[in-house]
Amino acid sequence: MIALIRSDLLRARTPRLLFALAMALCLAPFMSRAQDTTHAVRIGLTYQPGTKPGVIVLAVRGAWGDSLQGLIARDLDYGDRVEVIGLPGTPAASSLEGIGPGVSYPLWKSLNAAAAVQATVTSSGVHVAVHDVTGRKIVQVADFPLPPTGGSAEWRLAVHGVADEVEQWITGTRGVAQTRILFVRGGRVYVVDSDGFGERLISDAGLSLSPAWAPDGHTISYSVLGSRGWSVLTKDIAGGAARTLPSTTTGLNTTPAFSPNGLTLAYSHGDEAGTDLMLVDLAGGGPRRITVGHGSDNTSPEFSPDGRRIAFTSGRAGHPEVYIMDVDGSNVELLTPFNFGDQNYRSNPDWAPDAQHIAFESQIGGMFQIMVISLRDRSVKQLTSEGVNEDPAWAPDARHLVFTSSRTGVKQLFILDSESGRARQLTHAGGARLAAWSHSLGHGR
Amino acid sequence: MNARSLYAFSSIAAVLALGACHKKVAPAPAPAPAPTTAAPAPPPPPPAAAAPTNTGAEMASARDAARASLTAPIYFDLDSDALSDADRASLDAKVGILNASPGVKIRVAGHTDERGSDEYNLALGQRRAAAAKRYLTQHGVPDASIDVISYGEEHPAMDGHDEAAWSKNRRDEFEITAGADALKPAAQ
Repeated sequence: MIALIRSDLLRARTPRLLFALAMALCLAPFMSRAQDTTHAVRIGLTYQPGTKPGVIVLAVRGAWGDSLQGLIARDLDYGDRVEVIGLPGTPAASSLEGIGPGVSYPLWKSLNAAAAVQATVTSSGVHVAVHDVTGRKIVQVADFPLPPTGGSAEWRLAVHGVADEVEQWITGTRGVAQTRILFVRGGRVYVVDSDGFGERLISDAGLSLSPAWAPDGHTISYSVLGSRGWSVLTKDIAGGAARTLPSTTTGLNTTPAFSPNGLTLAYSHGDEAGTDLMLVDLAGGGPRRITVGHGSDNTSPEFSPDGRRIAFTSGRAGHPEVYIMDVDGSNVELLTPFNFGDQNYRSNPDWAPDAQHIAFESQIGGMFQIMVISLRDRSVKQLTSEGVNEDPAWAPDARHLVFTSSRTGVKQLFILDSESGRARQLTHAGGARLAAWSHSLGHGR
Repeated sequence: MNARSLYAFSSIAAVLALGACHKKVAPAPAPAPAPTTAAPAPPPPPPAAAAPTNTGAEMASARDAARASLTAPIYFDLDSDALSDADRASLDAKVGILNASPGVKIRVAGHTDERGSDEYNLALGQRRAAAAKRYLTQHGVPDASIDVISYGEEHPAMDGHDEAAWSKNRRDEFEITAGADALKPAAQ
């Protein structure tokens, strides 16, 4: 019976089977793309997991073309998710010599590119097309408005936004180029673009520390030393006078942190009986104490992304450790309840935007290193080993971190990719420390 | 020397000594001896038989000694705000001076060495200052006479990245903020 059926199939169906098989093979790539609807923007570009696709950022003709090409290429490189082929400003740039802005799939393929970014200057900004090199077609295209002031800080920020969008098209994850970082140098608060450009003094006179971003991307807070103690100030980096938080005119008031909705400020308040964490509504009203230190010290609060928990440093165990608690002060939990390193000292937590990790600094072998703990399984990863490394602050992608490092001999800010371990130096002039990374600064400002 | 000359000399010395009081750490001008000693200055020849403890120069010298004792720093172990025996001895001397000088106010500034979290070190410096204040008030000095402030690691006394520097930076400093010219040595 089976033999009979098989011979029937062979005689009548083989040509159709072969045809069907051929069609299936041709259609398979399209079918897998159609199934991949959760990454709608990553149309047509699929990679082996764990690989970095090669990307060419083509030369850009027209006003500020070189800057456009350079900024987009460097932003993609700093994102650590793609391999930028012929990165401008490096020796590898010679591999793109003579290659114009026109389409040439075979040439790009020969350079091992999976994607090509083709930008054209327009009257209102820039037109960007991303090509799938293997598929030989444009997979995404858009027009981006840019400020007319080519080269200005505002223009650069807008171009960073273009690069972040292009990174999302290619990799599925938005870049973090369109962000800024606050830091302290020489006892003053500065702001700098994520690529190290445009350093600008923000604070007024007085020793100023611990700057923090509000979620609006332009209000900041920091602490200032006066003759009677430390106060917490808020200020708009776009301009205007700083405002002192009324509850912070006496005592030691430091380490402010905004809640994710921007409505509440947490800070540390110290008097002669110890240092405790306080919460205050920025719309008005008195502060509420949320830790009861009994003479111990509680500082450096940071909110979880959903605003419901706070991570902080506390010396209540006799030495500094990292704790987490509910925002009303209940359910305090020791986050770092293990002994490693030669002395118990763990501090300065920062909650990753993915809500799954907390970065902190830990003393190991007499030096401090940046650590990350997973909130899922409490596993700990050490991210640095060279010099003294402190004050980690996450980028919005929950992957990059800015921190203070002494590895060059002077405290400077470095940016680390927690996945690959690649570190780049952000600040060079003078010293820098106590960094805070903004949210994505899209939509102007 | 007759009484008139002695009187003239004492007046001049007193005026000179008062001038010295307004300088923060300047030693008393001549003819007073080195201010660290508590011995009364000998009057110029021929020595008078009058009691020496009331001369202007002696008062200036005693005031300088009191200032030096009151503003002497105390030091701490790593990550600690515990007072050592030496710290207590230094604070005991300050208690005596402050109790004898009701108009004097001081500010205790707590400091740390450079190691560890800059932010946590502000709290540690605060705790060190509070520890000194607590000792003083427990021994009768009025609370209102003493302010506390913390500089954390921000104002080191000594630059350097070794224990020689670090041990000099883990300290409380004492600054006279009012009534410096009302400073009196501790009652005998």
